[in-house]
Amino acid sequence: MGERREAPSRLTAAFPADRAALITYLMAGYPDRETSLASLRAATRAGADVIELGVPFGDPLADGPVIAGAAKVAREQAGGFGLAESIALAAELIADSESAHMPPLVLMTYLNPLMRFGLPRAAEAVRVAGIAGVIVPDMPPEAAGPWLAVSAGLDTIFLAAPTSTDERLAVVAATSVGFLYCVSATGVTGERAEMAEGLEVLVARIKAHTELPIAVGFGVSTPEQAAEVSRIADGVIVGSAIVKRQCDSAEVEGFVRSLRVAMDGS
Amino acid sequence: MSDVLLPSAELAYSAPDAAGFYGPYGGTFVPETVIPALAELAAAYVEATADPAFTAEYEYLLADYVGRPTPLYRADRLAAAVGLGTVWLKREDLNHTGAHKINNTIGQCLLARRMGKKRVIAETGAGQHGVATATTAALLGLECAVFMGTEDIRRQALNVYKMRLLGAEVVPVAEGSGTLADAVTAALRHWVERVEDTFYVIGSVVGPHPYPAMVRDFQSVIGTETIAQLASKGVGRVDAVVACVGGGSNAIGMFYPFLRDVPADKRPVLIGAEAAGLGLETTKHGAALTKGAPGVMHGFYSYLLQDDAGNPLEAYSISAGLDYPGVGPEHSFLKDEGLVRYEGVTDGEALQAFALLTGTEGIIPAIESSHALALLPRLAAELGPDGVVVVNVSGRGDKDMDIVREAGLGG
Repeated sequence: MGERREAPSRLTAAFPADRAALITYLMAGYPDRETSLASLRAATRAGADVIELGVPFGDPLADGPVIAGAAKVAREQAGGFGLAESIALAAELIADSESAHMPPLVLMTYLNPLMRFGLPRAAEAVRVAGIAGVIVPDMPPEAAGPWLAVSAGLDTIFLAAPTSTDERLAVVAATSVGFLYCVSATGVTGERAEMAEGLEVLVARIKAHTELPIAVGFGVSTPEQAAEVSRIADGVIVGSAIVKRQCDSAEVEGFVRSLRVAMDGS
Repeated sequence: MSDVLLPSAELAYSAPDAAGFYGPYGGTFVPETVIPALAELAAAYVEATADPAFTAEYEYLLADYVGRPTPLYRADRLAAAVGLGTVWLKREDLNHTGAHKINNTIGQCLLARRMGKKRVIAETGAGQHGVATATTAALLGLECAVFMGTEDIRRQALNVYKMRLLGAEVVPVAEGSGTLADAVTAALRHWVERVEDTFYVIGSVVGPHPYPAMVRDFQSVIGTETIAQLASKGVGRVDAVVACVGGGSNAIGMFYPFLRDVPADKRPVLIGAEAAGLGLETTKHGAALTKGAPGVMHGFYSYLLQDDAGNPLEAYSISAGLDYPGVGPEHSFLKDEGLVRYEGVTDGEALQAFALLTGTEGIIPAIESSHALALLPRLAAELGPDGVVVVNVSGRGDKDMDIVREAGLGG
């Protein structure tokens, strides 16, 4: 109905006023359905403020080897894990955790699985599952019209990059709902030894265009880096470093807890 | 009438629009990181092509370095063998480096230099675009890296060696099936990382806007020359023009001037030959237009071989250059609009055509181009013994000797 902001965003609300939010990315169906569910629950228990659930895709343009490799394993298991299976997994996790604390869940998927599913049908399935929003890395604001037209009630998060001009930052900020995803460095997802210089400047440039919380991702891989980023941004997104541990939910729980501790102590 | 093929004043065909869409196809579906670079590229391209000095250097290099115009050769023994009246061969195989690819790499590398980029990257399947890019980079003093699937590196060892001799780094891509689609993905990923100092020279009419339009424009010298050569030879009637389609750059380069400059009622039938591999009824082919469904891959919307979950499928063809699950967005538009017809050609049919041209004319074509030649017997059945057909021979077959030998040709 064109009133996408009518209800307060669950994602925006998940960013606490007094500290940075921790957003944990896990790959749906990796290494198998049950283990990924256990790891998702572990991340929730360990203090994730937002869960980002990756949909396995065969041509993950924005992802580095860890996430691309996990997607391949998930896709190649019997039956194949794709968008439908990922949404069902999210629905189970959300329904399950209703009584306990369940952070809002955002789905990270490439555009073609949504298109193949049918955009209206995909939006409906995502909504019904209780998912709060989507991140579609190969759908820039200019290409988002068809999706935004059918996704009322869902937040769509767009990406800002170090290469974005101020003009583009204004477009990205004006189109994004829920929060804004700041790509910390040029390149694909994956761990980096050092965070890019100039991140503080980039976050400040984005801040000039929006009131939305700004979460920083791509390359945040250690508790020290998470703490460093939490001093600059409203949220810290950790992906590859968690997916790397995703085969063992206990390891995920310990790692996410260590991120939380480092961030809260900073 | 001998003016049949002369340019018309009306420009009825105007795709793409300002956002790079051909009907619903094309567009820009890429991570934010490269959006500013694409905008910069689009602006630089428009600015460069308006500069007579840029166009003059491009045309000079095409003439004196590449060897253009390439001949339009009347292949009478071939025509007699297939039962057509006349067959004209557009000899892109006679270009420097042996294929049409260099028409585009000269254009893009000149643009890279003009934009102040010191380094170019490229993807390659058969190695022809990689060799053309490495060659042009050597010519213009640019650093060069070429992404190539490990399976293609195995199939095309000679071209790998050539690229290294030319000073390029060949980066092996082991992901997926180790073929062209994986090389494109790897090159795009690398570009996302090094976008500030690197120019990505895409080898076909694929990728995000403005690549499909830019590559088409650089390749359209093929069709423009063909139309002028037909006129100067006094050829009043052409029934069909055929070219092979992987990503589709040699085909668009041939077809686009016919679409732009020749009125519809006087235009020959335009036919693209897709790789039908082991057969369209199998899963082993590369026929995106015939067997695919629209989807997004490599930054653009077009017909795509994909599974039910929207994952791109692995394509297959005996020809590394046609082994691609997608196709340029303009071809999808042309198919839907009925302006170009697309037909599948199997590995076996391509090999037969390869042998036929070699034996009747002493011209050894690329196995890619052999897919276009394989349409000739079908066209003879359709047009009869007076039929006049132009075939774009996009490249020469030296690189394919191992493949045709393995297939048992030549004993």
